[in-house]
Amino acid sequence: MIRSSIKIRAKIKNGITTVKALISHPMETGLRKDRKTGQPIPAKFISNVKCVSNEKVLLNSQWGVAVAKNPYVSFKYTGGSIGDIIKVSWLDNTNQSDSIEAKVK
Amino acid sequence: MPLNKQFNKDVCRNLFAKDSRRLFLKRTLNSATITLAVSSGLLLPIQAIAAWNEVAFAATNLQTAIKSVLGTDLSRASDKISIKIPDIIENGAIVPVTVSSTLKEVSTITLFSEKNTAPLVAQFELDKDCIAFISTRIKMSQTSNVIAIVTARGNNYSARKKVKVTIGGCGD
Repeated sequence: MIRSSIKIRAKIKNGITTVKALISHPMETGLRKDRKTGQPIPAKFISNVKCVSNEKVLLNSQWGVAVAKNPYVSFKYTGGSIGDIIKVSWLDNTNQSDSIEAKVK
Repeated sequence: MPLNKQFNKDVCRNLFAKDSRRLFLKRTLNSATITLAVSSGLLLPIQAIAAWNEVAFAATNLQTAIKSVLGTDLSRASDKISIKIPDIIENGAIVPVTVSSTLKEVSTITLFSEKNTAPLVAQFELDKDCIAFISTRIKMSQTSNVIAIVTARGNNYSARKKVKVTIGGCGD
């Protein structure tokens, strides 16, 4: 099995679920140049990140190139319960995408 | 001799036929994999509804960026938004940012880095169950303000924090 590009952790504490996701992605701005050839490195960045739990979109975000390499995002919500499945997915400007599911602990 | 030539031709044709059949098979297989990926939900769901505000992300000026992402450049400064960033950043390529707010019914949090080539960093749409909290890492090209605009009940509230960047994180 191919290892997912996303690491995700969702934990409940005092009724608040904290979701933390770490995505491995170059987040290339398109402004950088290759040091050896001087050619610009084409942009490759995540444009959309979505987080869904119980068929409800909790977080829907649009990203630009200014999100750091290997992006990290964390958010909190109420109303989650232990064992809920939480799904995080991303899509980049080259139409590549990935997603992962995890259980709320 | 001519017979031999004819034979060679036939062999050739056969070989080509085989090749093209192989190619055809390969192509069908490839498209089959794609269909499989789509139907198993690997590709489709996010692409089908993905929206990306190209104009706003391409804007090179803060005002234009704010206006094209939020529809208006009016926002009220609010002390109910807190931006947590270190005052001095050594490496502009990784700037940890945490935005939280005590405002009620927050629907979106939008982040800007004032002097980046493209000031709009990201926009987060939150569900009503979400707490007004986002933590992420951004890039900053140089010392400037980080601006967070929080939309709550259709109104925009903003907060800014100045961050000193020692080495920029955009380009080389």
